[in-house]
Amino acid sequence: MTAGSTATRQLLDELPRSPAVWCSGLRKRYRRHTAVDDVSFTVGRGEVLGLLGPNGAGKTTVIKMLLGLVRPDAGDVLLLGRPARDPRARARVGYLPELFRYQPWLTAAEVMALHVRLAGVTVPDEERRECLATVGLADRAGDRVGGFSKGMQQRLGLAVALVARPELIVLDEPTSALDPIGRADVRDLLLSLKERQVAVLLNSHLIGEVERVCDRVVILDKGKVAASGTLAELLGQRELRLRLDGVGPEAEARLAAEGQLTRAGDDFTVALRDTAAVPDLVADLVGLGVRVHAVEPGRISLEERLLDILRAGSDHR
Amino acid sequence: MNARTVLTIAALTLREAARRKVLRSLAVMTVALLSLSAWGFYRLDAEFGGLTSGEARIASSVVLNLVMFGLSMIAALGTAFLAGPTMAGEMESGTALAILARPIRREAVLLGKWLGLVTFGSVFVALAGLTQLVIVWVTMGYWPPSPVVGLALLAGQTAVLLTVGLLLSTAISPMASGIVAVGLFGATWIAGVVGGLGDALGNESVARVGTVSRMILPTDGLWRGAMSSFQEPNLLSQFTEVRGQPFLSDDELTIPYLAWTAVWVALILGLAALSFRRRDL
Repeated sequence: MTAGSTATRQLLDELPRSPAVWCSGLRKRYRRHTAVDDVSFTVGRGEVLGLLGPNGAGKTTVIKMLLGLVRPDAGDVLLLGRPARDPRARARVGYLPELFRYQPWLTAAEVMALHVRLAGVTVPDEERRECLATVGLADRAGDRVGGFSKGMQQRLGLAVALVARPELIVLDEPTSALDPIGRADVRDLLLSLKERQVAVLLNSHLIGEVERVCDRVVILDKGKVAASGTLAELLGQRELRLRLDGVGPEAEARLAAEGQLTRAGDDFTVALRDTAAVPDLVADLVGLGVRVHAVEPGRISLEERLLDILRAGSDHR
Repeated sequence: MNARTVLTIAALTLREAARRKVLRSLAVMTVALLSLSAWGFYRLDAEFGGLTSGEARIASSVVLNLVMFGLSMIAALGTAFLAGPTMAGEMESGTALAILARPIRREAVLLGKWLGLVTFGSVFVALAGLTQLVIVWVTMGYWPPSPVVGLALLAGQTAVLLTVGLLLSTAISPMASGIVAVGLFGATWIAGVVGGLGDALGNESVARVGTVSRMILPTDGLWRGAMSSFQEPNLLSQFTEVRGQPFLSDDELTIPYLAWTAVWVALILGLAALSFRRRDL
């Protein structure tokens, strides 16, 4: 019996670990408005996934469906390998809601103790205090939450999300109430989580933040997945900015042959497929009588890419 | 369902009750009512020293029930206004989000809240009620026939009302749920008084108003049972002219009625669990 179960355990251990989040075909309607429509994605173990999109794209609703706070009309969710219908799926999940509020009549330390108890784990006092220290609340542990500022409550929320030794952390707008220093702290925290192989699902408006820490990005628009992929996949495209004059139709055709061309007066931008083509392009342009003032290769930022995707989406409709 | 979660939430609810302003207002109201009644009983004894023993017994029973009604009102108001904010308020403010994302069942949270509130209400009724009985005993020398049963029924009445409050708070806003619960409590009490009058006048259809309302919301039935345990026994058979009086009761509680009350509470709690479970946050 014992030998058998050990063998089973060994077999299970050798299996590839199930992803931190797996969801498929999530759908949610509020009366006549479709908030989420057929959303599927995964977050691998130890991976940081950014969830991006405009206001009302359905990001928070997706997060709430993952955590069992909103009932999906359709679709399945697995958290750390367990179906999300089972509350135990959330045993190793930390969550900072967008609307963060903690019992104002409790002290910060009591809020932490409450969440540890509800998570069903034992975390020594020392570790809980360290958690509060990580978010800069070490000296406020004994103060009532009612007296905390918005930013401090959000810091407490981060500590609560971290305290029960999670393997997955879901952060919904974790820096909305924080000052620039607080934002930098959160970025460092995310990087340290990544180092410790804790999976993170991050919903943030701050694209720079996402770009710096996320391995992969899912872009939601009007309840649907508009694009998804690793940062390299989404931003792999390079662009070439040129300042030219004397550009005739032939030269313009030559530029367009390299990739999608946009023109603003004398400034031309070409979305390059291959950076190796730059010297030839410049030689050809000179041959066509174009005067070249500046050639500047650049990388498309996540922000530009996001805006492109969202604008393309609204043009389609 | 996890017993640990239920107990954790119950303890949290008790701590909330103890730390929020509700407790202080409750304490102030109770102390005011108790001191007023102490003064009243003292004057009653001093002014009407010449009352016959029967008259004195009626007077003390009526006034005791009147004050107990005040206490039960305070308990009802207090718990209804605790029950509302504790569920609906937490859902509205976002406090519930972080809690319910933990590996716990919503039913366990609801049951924990209920347990905490029932404990709070019962302790309040026991303490305030006992103090009141002692006041009457000291001033008038009157001790009711079955004080424990009476206080238990009052606590039961509080439990019934806060269960309604919990059910309402899973569906409507915190303030509205408190107001509706207290409104229902008042309405059944009035229906009970009307029914009592119908009884006294021998009008069956009017009497039925009280009976039906006592089935729909058992607060008034429990209250009448509590009154009859506080008042002098056989009072109403000796003095038939006081029948139909709202602060005296000739209704002894029956076991089936108590069983119905228990089933009723379980049903409402089940409904609340269903409504809470389906609620999107």
